[in-house]
Amino acid sequence: MSISSPVIRTDGLTKRFPSVTALDQLTVEVQPGVVGLVGANGAGKSTLIKILLGLAPATSGTGEVLGLDIATEGSAIRALVGYMPEHDCLPPDVSATEFVVQMARMSGLPAAAARERTADTLRHVGLYEERYRPMGGYSTGMKQRVKLAQALVHDPRLVLLDEPTNGLDPVGRDDMLALIRRVHSDFGISVLVTTHLLGELERTCDHLVVIDGGRLLRSSSTASFTEATQLLAVEVTDRPDDPEFDADAAVQERLTAAGLSVRADGARILLVDIAGEETYDVIRDTVADLGLGLVRLEQRRHRVSEIFTQEPQETQEPADAHAV
Amino acid sequence: MPTPSDRPAATAPGTGVIHDIGYRSYQGPRLGRSYATRSLFVQGLRGAFGLGRSGRSKVLPMLILAAMVLPAGMLVALTVFQQRADLPVDYPQYLSSFGLFVEIFLAAQAPVLLSRDLRNGTMPLYFSRPITRADYVRAKAAAMVAALLIVTVLPLLALYAGALLAGLDFVHSTEHLGYGLLAAVLYSVVLSAVGLLIAAGTPRRGFGVAAIMGFLVVSSGVATVLEGLSDRSGGGSASGSAADWAYLISPDDLVDRFVNHVCGLVRTVPTSIGDTPGTLGALVFGLEMLLIVAGAYALLLRRYRKI
Repeated sequence: MSISSPVIRTDGLTKRFPSVTALDQLTVEVQPGVVGLVGANGAGKSTLIKILLGLAPATSGTGEVLGLDIATEGSAIRALVGYMPEHDCLPPDVSATEFVVQMARMSGLPAAAARERTADTLRHVGLYEERYRPMGGYSTGMKQRVKLAQALVHDPRLVLLDEPTNGLDPVGRDDMLALIRRVHSDFGISVLVTTHLLGELERTCDHLVVIDGGRLLRSSSTASFTEATQLLAVEVTDRPDDPEFDADAAVQERLTAAGLSVRADGARILLVDIAGEETYDVIRDTVADLGLGLVRLEQRRHRVSEIFTQEPQETQEPADAHAV
Repeated sequence: MPTPSDRPAATAPGTGVIHDIGYRSYQGPRLGRSYATRSLFVQGLRGAFGLGRSGRSKVLPMLILAAMVLPAGMLVALTVFQQRADLPVDYPQYLSSFGLFVEIFLAAQAPVLLSRDLRNGTMPLYFSRPITRADYVRAKAAAMVAALLIVTVLPLLALYAGALLAGLDFVHSTEHLGYGLLAAVLYSVVLSAVGLLIAAGTPRRGFGVAAIMGFLVVSSGVATVLEGLSDRSGGGSASGSAADWAYLISPDDLVDRFVNHVCGLVRTVPTSIGDTPGTLGALVFGLEMLLIVAGAYALLLRRYRKI
């Protein structure tokens, strides 16, 4: 497989249900790597995954997964793809080992290979002695690990992870995200991951595909979503001897007088348009003149969440989308 | 690679050292759909007897198995002790006498095969793998039938082995074992069809168990009552009368009476065992069994097309 061939490619993919259009002319290419699929609930993420697995027919349009046609080669696709569903899917009275072995065999691995791969995979996701106990007694974090393990056990070329951090505490979430990075970097398996927590995607994914109402909103590298803006965030201290003094207002007034465009951004942060290199000096000198302390002076970055809160600034990005 | 001598003392000989060899990709064979379907069948069959599941789930199936086989052993002992020329109970009659155990096994294990997957949300994991929905239904149905066959055929084989050891007539024994096996196959297939169809309708195991047991017991009970009522009005109480049409509504009586008629058992002991209403009745009973099995299978396939 050449490096550049996409793992997923859809062309005008449409799925209509009697009352709703779940996917509307979706055309997207997903390159190898960790790719985030972003969209609100009902945006069409689950429908897309179902169609990609060949489990539901598309109303119109075509698609390929790993170069295989989704309409006619569903079974072959499912042999090479792993899927981790969002919801609970583990029988409580079976041990993780027993369960994952079974799932490996269902993916076509012979019995001996299934046992060996199960032991390996459970170790890689971080399940040790507890894997012999019935899964009913597992914590949410352990269950998520088993769900990930069953998706990886047959060494797929692509895994589809549906909300893998659901229900995890912050530490468990970080562990899971690190694990997802490793799935690509160490195991060499491409990942398509959905989540509604955008901060996670910023840290984990190389590339983001944003869909809304079944249509493609944007598909580009994570870096381009979070690239630096021409804004400086400034935060200053109060005067210790004069708590009545409104430091923010004073700084804003001085900077405006110096010809800079300044606005407050709640929570004591001022946003200053960068006019040039000298802007940094002006701010530093102003704050020093007023006898204040400078807590923060940083260039603002875009955040992924902005695509949902703001009007789409530009239309879809062109071909440089797959950079990095 | 350090030699043993320059290792620190902590890793003395005999101390295990875990080497993280990293991720290994799988280059071996990927067997296809039919292998996966077979795996699902084996898992289902094992699961029906509680194997690979918790210790508690082994109790009931093993008890039933014992309850089916042990009486066969006792009957054999009785035959030997009394030096009878014949088994006290014929093979098909053994199954209909202990039919309740077979029904309990079905009611308990059909939901284990189907309702558990529905309830635990395991279906998406199966269907994100090479098998199709039809493969799933095929594997589960085969597992249920095979499990019931084990429960029904095992005691028959015990009876047969005992009969031969007791020196009973070989030809007669073998012939009647054949009748018994026919009954075992029909019981397994017809009861599986009914049980699986009900179990597929509910993700709650308890409901499934109650519904299957309820259906089998009530249908059989109602059939008996109906027969009694029409007997009184019709006057004739002989086996094989029109009143026996009542048993059309009871799956296990269907099998029982069909086998009795087809194998000619009713002629040998006409009073004690149930018959179909004549040859036409046997034909209708047979057709209905076929219809139940084919219909239930079609409905199962339809049920799983949507999940």
